[in-house]
Amino acid sequence: MTTAKQQTAGAAWWRRNQQTLTPWLFLAPGVLFFLVYVIFPIFQSFGISLYEWDGLGEPEYVGLRNYGDLYWEFVDRDAFFTSLKNNLVWLALYLLAIPAGLFIALFLNQTVTGIRLYKSLFFFPFVISQVVVGLVFTWFYDPTFGLLNILLGWIGLGPVNVLGDENYVTVGIIAAGLWPQTAYCMILYLTGLNAVDPEQVEAARLDGARGRRLLWHIIIPQLRPATFIAFVVTIIGALRSFDLISIMTAGGPFGSSRVLAYYMFEVALSEYGFRMGYGAAIAVVLFFIMLCFIAYFLHSMWREEKGAR
Amino acid sequence: MFPRPIQTASRPARAAYQAFLPAALLLWLAPLIAVAIFSIKPDADFATGNYWSWPSSFEGFTNYGKVFLESDMPRYLLNSVMITAPTVIGAVALSSMTGFALGIYKFRSNHWIFFMFVAGNFVPFQILMVPVRDLTLELGLYNTKTGLVLFHIAFQTGFCTLFMRNFIRALPFPLIEAARVEGVAEWRIFIHVVLPLMKPAIAALSVLIFTFIWNDYFWAVVLTQGVESQPVTAGITSFNAQFRAAYHLMSAGSIVAALPPVAIFFLMQRHFIAGLTLGAVK
Repeated sequence: MTTAKQQTAGAAWWRRNQQTLTPWLFLAPGVLFFLVYVIFPIFQSFGISLYEWDGLGEPEYVGLRNYGDLYWEFVDRDAFFTSLKNNLVWLALYLLAIPAGLFIALFLNQTVTGIRLYKSLFFFPFVISQVVVGLVFTWFYDPTFGLLNILLGWIGLGPVNVLGDENYVTVGIIAAGLWPQTAYCMILYLTGLNAVDPEQVEAARLDGARGRRLLWHIIIPQLRPATFIAFVVTIIGALRSFDLISIMTAGGPFGSSRVLAYYMFEVALSEYGFRMGYGAAIAVVLFFIMLCFIAYFLHSMWREEKGAR
Repeated sequence: MFPRPIQTASRPARAAYQAFLPAALLLWLAPLIAVAIFSIKPDADFATGNYWSWPSSFEGFTNYGKVFLESDMPRYLLNSVMITAPTVIGAVALSSMTGFALGIYKFRSNHWIFFMFVAGNFVPFQILMVPVRDLTLELGLYNTKTGLVLFHIAFQTGFCTLFMRNFIRALPFPLIEAARVEGVAEWRIFIHVVLPLMKPAIAALSVLIFTFIWNDYFWAVVLTQGVESQPVTAGITSFNAQFRAAYHLMSAGSIVAALPPVAIFFLMQRHFIAGLTLGAVK
């Protein structure tokens, strides 16, 4: 008798509160996982960067010395600033994927037979893993049999060992990365072009706008959402560049193709010794570079959210 | 439509476009075509420096046979499947729940939680590397597929939540209100009203996450070591060490490793592209 009463009381309570409680029950597993594996580790890394630690023994508190070492220790400084410089080169050159993607999208935005298949095949490089892209391009650049040097040979230019030359290596790897990234931007723009308002285009044409002016004043403004996503994924891709460097050069020659993401891994988890604290300090620097962009992305999304309601 | 439809152009312009299309495609895919040709060439062609001429004999079956029978490649492929499949299921399950909570209910911290997922999804992997590796070691899951799967599920939940939440927000809300008026419990609304409408989003995310996880290399290197747990992206480096300078086999191996996501893409293209545009570009 009493249990039945309790049950109905419980049910009534649940009915009253279920709208408040349900979202939390649904959120709990996802949020918990995300906190443990993503959010807490960010702060843990901040902590670890204040210690000297080989990953096994007792960590020793060193304050900000790891950050000081980035600048003051001679060998480290060289490696750190090369990586930082290469990160900037990556950011600048990787953005070329956006205009390149737009260009290919405009080229393919026609309705001829088989165009769907062409679009899919142009998109192909993005689906392949970066590891395979890296291998493919390593062979493409190979000084003895690579396709690149054969092509250069035809126009009378001598063999270039792209991945063995400090001056070309980073650009060579970025070119490999641009291949899939351009494909990604292309698909974003192809979907965007589908949504362009044909009436506006016709009206602009009647007013005598054509070619580049039409593209710049009518089409590109309408492609804004696509451009925003292309920008986000390209920036993130540039700062996450790791796979290609690891596969194609392992940071070489003489560390000249390192970026922060790769240098951090090398310091913390490779034959150079397990310098977890120092690695974490590099990761923190990379994190703050990324944070500038994350803040911008979130700000844009926030504004859009407000506009939507 | 922009650019002007080619049908309205002059006849020679149309012919030029039709001819230029395949040429441009060949150029675009040249590095890949080269690898495909390498993978069916005989060993002897490389020994004699005969890299770019027509294959002197067709050795596709021999080369791919070797990849499957004389290397660890099948094992790596199996590992990849056993890492990718649970991740897809886990991330989609968790994020349909979080997406439902954030998309349907209005409560004060809703936006904060949403932006936490979005921001976390953008952070560089390196800032997570040392703590996640430690956590995995402490749980006794280092060098296991489970360790890798748990991390992947957690991380992908960020992106998936962004996607699911936006998708659910676009659903007709009166449907849910109608169900509430009828006195349907909230969890039943999720299962019987919202979930059936989410099929396209679930399909899009599944193919997308499949590709992301199959192609992951960084976490495979950080959290696994040996043939018993490494996925194919990490395994291919040991494969290449085994067949050093045997370009025909390395090419065949690369193609085998790259093929599953390619196949998925061609089978589920529409869903894949819907996912890539984050649902923001219609």
